[in-house]
Amino acid sequence: MAVVSMTVNGKPVSHEVEDRTLLVYFLRETLGLTGTHIGCDTSQCGACVVHVNGRAVKSCTLFAGQAAGADVLTIEGLAKDGQLHPVQEAFRENHGLQCGFCTPGMIMTAVDMIRREPDLTREKIRSELEGNICRCTGYHNIVSAIEDAAGRMARGAA
Amino acid sequence: MIPYGFSYRRAQSLNEAVALLQKSPEAKLLAGGQTLVTTMKARLANPAELIDIGQIRELSFIRGDNSAITIGAATTHASVAESATVKSAIPALAILAHQIGDPAVRHMGTLGGSVANNDPAADYPAAVLALGATITTTARSIAADDFFTGMFATALAEDEIISEIRFPVPEKAGYAKFPNPASRYAMTGVFVARTKDGVRVAVTGAGPCVFRVAEMEAALAANFAPAAVENIRIDPTDLNSDIHGSAEYRANLVTVMAKRAVVQALGSS
Ligand SMILES: Cc1cc2nc3c(=O)[nH]c(=O)nc-3n(C[C@H](O)[C@H](O)[C@H](O)COP(=O)(O)OP(=O)(O)OC[C@H]3O[C@@H](n4cnc5c(N)ncnc54)[C@H](O)[C@@H]3O)c2cc1C
Ligand code: FES
Ligand code: FES
Repeated sequence: MAVVSMTVNGKPVSHEVEDRTLLVYFLRETLGLTGTHIGCDTSQCGACVVHVNGRAVKSCTLFAGQAAGADVLTIEGLAKDGQLHPVQEAFRENHGLQCGFCTPGMIMTAVDMIRREPDLTREKIRSELEGNICRCTGYHNIVSAIEDAAGRMARGAA
Repeated sequence: MIPYGFSYRRAQSLNEAVALLQKSPEAKLLAGGQTLVTTMKARLANPAELIDIGQIRELSFIRGDNSAITIGAATTHASVAESATVKSAIPALAILAHQIGDPAVRHMGTLGGSVANNDPAADYPAAVLALGATITTTARSIAADDFFTGMFATALAEDEIISEIRFPVPEKAGYAKFPNPASRYAMTGVFVARTKDGVRVAVTGAGPCVFRVAEMEAALAANFAPAAVENIRIDPTDLNSDIHGSAEYRANLVTVMAKRAVVQALGSS
């Protein structure tokens, strides 16, 4: 057991947990932030993607202790003042989800990819989605949503 | 997917990691965790203690000069892929790093972890072997030719930590891989490098451990062009066979990927 402290969605948190606690369980079970999902046992599906110090990582493949002292952003921290994030808005408008299970991970991955690669082509978006699996949509509208969001964010920043 | 219990320690410096490892010889090093955490979740590994070296600053760097690029063991795949230094001196190395797994894996996974693990289908071992890199550890320096000793096996001693890897800058180099469509690990990956001393060709994914192909090296030394390798057939006898592909299929992939790697090397002179 150890006390693990970090900042989650802008708020400092501190809890005593077993050393074997994966970050995804720290978020879901210790903090009750169940927007981050678990979709596999093999680190392949990306339903659990969150940002640690500004970079997308699979929270099922990192112990909470490794994130001690870090700044963590989950899907719950994306909307600001009741305003959806442009990527969330674009997923809604482009019908980028069906059951929604993969969506939190897709959106966190999308926000990270737009930050790194402002000039996204559809082909580039597909290759960047390598680590996120969706069993419903066939990806087409997810790609459209990310393309749309990247465009909105570029215009918003200009 | 909950691992067995263990105790976690984060080392702040390489010296501290060495001291912790000496105190608990049973402990295992944790770098990016993209292999080890997955293995622990599946309960295929059960270390009593983890020493986290993934956040040691002095192990995360990329330094370059005209003759070589030196990369710290805890440098992530993403940092190597994005590095202007790597892209300009050894573009094939940046291309290789960019093809590992997916963005989230590249944000955590490290050079040292990949090389120490020596997965038969990992990408980095091909670059380390083809470029004739030198692996520096807390105990010594090891030439790439002496480092990879078998399937998941290396020359590393239990208490030895990789600190950095030095890649000599080649005249030309290329890397082509045929990824497993599900995992992105290499079904077969071929790294080709030409230096003033000759040509080296290293193959990953096809056999139980990364290996060189002398016949291709000689052919490319005489004529560095795709045509030099396209008719060289690889003996499938010792190659891997699994549900993804037979040994014969992989043997053919070696030739195809070698050709593509040479095309890439010629394009990025
Ligand atoms: C979904 C997924 C897809 C992937 N796809 C690919 C792919 O396409 N190609 C590929 O090559 N890899 C792939 N990987 C593996 C990935 O590259 C890992 O990051 C890498 O193999 C291990 O590096 P790590 O830093 O994560 O090491 P860890 O998992 O932390 O450690 C791995 C092993 O190395 C030891 N170790 C770590 N650092 C050192 C050191 N400095 N000195 C000595 N020993 C050390 C550890 O004790 C452990 O035994 C994938 C992984 C995942 C989860
Ligand atoms: S739950 Fe993390 S990758 Fe599937
Ligand atoms: S919307 Fe159902 S898994 Fe993607």
